[in-house]
Amino acid sequence: MDQTKRGGNGGVGRRRTVARTGAGTGARRMRTEGAWDPAAGRLIAVEGVDGSGKSTQLHLLEQWLRHQNLKVFKTEWNSSETVKEITSRGKKKGLLTPTTFSLLHATDFADRYERNILPLLEAGYFVLADRYIFTAYARDIVRGCHPAWVRKIYSYAAKPDITLYFRVPVDVAVSRILAGRPKLKYYEAGMDMNLSNDPYESYRIFQGRIVEQYESMLESEGLVAIDANRGIEEQQVEVRARVAKLFGDRETGPLTTGPLKEHGQQ
Amino acid sequence: MASSNPELEDDDQEAVRRPYSMLPEPHASAGRDGGQRKLRFYGHGMPYLKDLEVKGHLIVIEGPDASGRSTHTQTIQAKLEADGHAVLGTGLKRSELISEGIIEAKGNLGVGKRTLSLFYAADFADQLENKIIPALEAGYVVLADRYIYTLMARNNVRGIERRWSRSLFGFTPVPDLIFYLDVKPEELVHRVFQKNSILDYYESGMDIGLSDDMYKSFLIYQGKMAKEFEKMKKLFGLQFIDGNRAIDQVDADLQARIDAFLNRQR
Repeated sequence: MDQTKRGGNGGVGRRRTVARTGAGTGARRMRTEGAWDPAAGRLIAVEGVDGSGKSTQLHLLEQWLRHQNLKVFKTEWNSSETVKEITSRGKKKGLLTPTTFSLLHATDFADRYERNILPLLEAGYFVLADRYIFTAYARDIVRGCHPAWVRKIYSYAAKPDITLYFRVPVDVAVSRILAGRPKLKYYEAGMDMNLSNDPYESYRIFQGRIVEQYESMLESEGLVAIDANRGIEEQQVEVRARVAKLFGDRETGPLTTGPLKEHGQQ
Repeated sequence: MASSNPELEDDDQEAVRRPYSMLPEPHASAGRDGGQRKLRFYGHGMPYLKDLEVKGHLIVIEGPDASGRSTHTQTIQAKLEADGHAVLGTGLKRSELISEGIIEAKGNLGVGKRTLSLFYAADFADQLENKIIPALEAGYVVLADRYIYTLMARNNVRGIERRWSRSLFGFTPVPDLIFYLDVKPEELVHRVFQKNSILDYYESGMDIGLSDDMYKSFLIYQGKMAKEFEKMKKLFGLQFIDGNRAIDQVDADLQARIDAFLNRQR
């Protein structure tokens, strides 16, 4: 399948349908492959551990989409203004339990979903999510919340049109993050789980468990694994090619310019 | 443990939680608690808290604002303490973690229903783990001024799926006794005016557009809430208490039921 050539030019004849996903407010227009419908929003999520390079890839994707005059909105995990302050207060006090940690992040997500993600999808935007519900699944389950409980909390959320999982050996990701000897925050290092008294060691163990969670849900959740152990530009070509499939019969701009184009197509 | 970690931020040094430290020893009731029982949860509970054994009892008083709920809770607490029970009073919006945040969110009318719902759940979970469960383990009678039923009723009235709310609150313990102070909306509205002379925006359901007229909206909203409690009556075993009567009568009724229950436990 030569997906990198140029925007999947409608090879698939399925007609777009208006489908409902999730429950309640999760309802929205869904697109299937076929004709381009500017009114149908597209939801693209990136997932992966810290240091997997997913944010860099999402940024480059965003630039590419904007360059094509598409309406783009990017949303990041744990970034709701209303909720962020309160969550970080609890985090600083070290007061969070797995359940409250989970619920505060769910609140943050709900706020962004109700205010931004859903309305923008309805308005036909490309919504780019730097981490989505799968981050919550992975982290909360590692912390000991019940998997079915966590999944139900997010059941109202639209499933992404595509979720890219940036797969990188955990040692590589951890080394990238720890290279600068950063000051790890308490929950970031997973110190609340008593994995190790050493924050760096705790972080390593924690990230390893997160990776296990991601790997276990790849198939069931339909995540697309991207080999993130390659060069940034090479990965981006693949990312754009995969996203181009959501364009239906709309032309996409070149996936990249210069020598990399060939490199990515081989 | 955390205090010896220079890598952690200063605020994180106090991260070790000591839930019991908030509570004095329940010596008053020592020696006559019933045996230890496994704590029962509505749903999946909190899997990371394994095999919780409790000696205390959880008594819930539900009812709308101005139903006399808080007054009765105080009187009952005083009476139980006089009888030699160690009592912990608790209520909604009283968590260390985010109670301030809830008020901020309420003041911000852009907050969606699902966001607010998760916010309340987080606040409740915090109190549950830091106050209610430790107290039950230590043999206290926990007197809860409202519990999850109010939160679920609010959700349902606002169009959130029942099953979602039920699953969300699956982390909560099943109380020993649940009372609902049943007051007719027409009576309730007068009590509110006697107390505050104004109707509360949310308690009047103004956020869901039932009527432009606040008085009418209050009656409709409280009527809907009462119906929700009616629906939950059998499912959760709520004891309806006629709250239209004089305070002393309601008090005597509640006391008699609680005494009877506690005597059976000896």
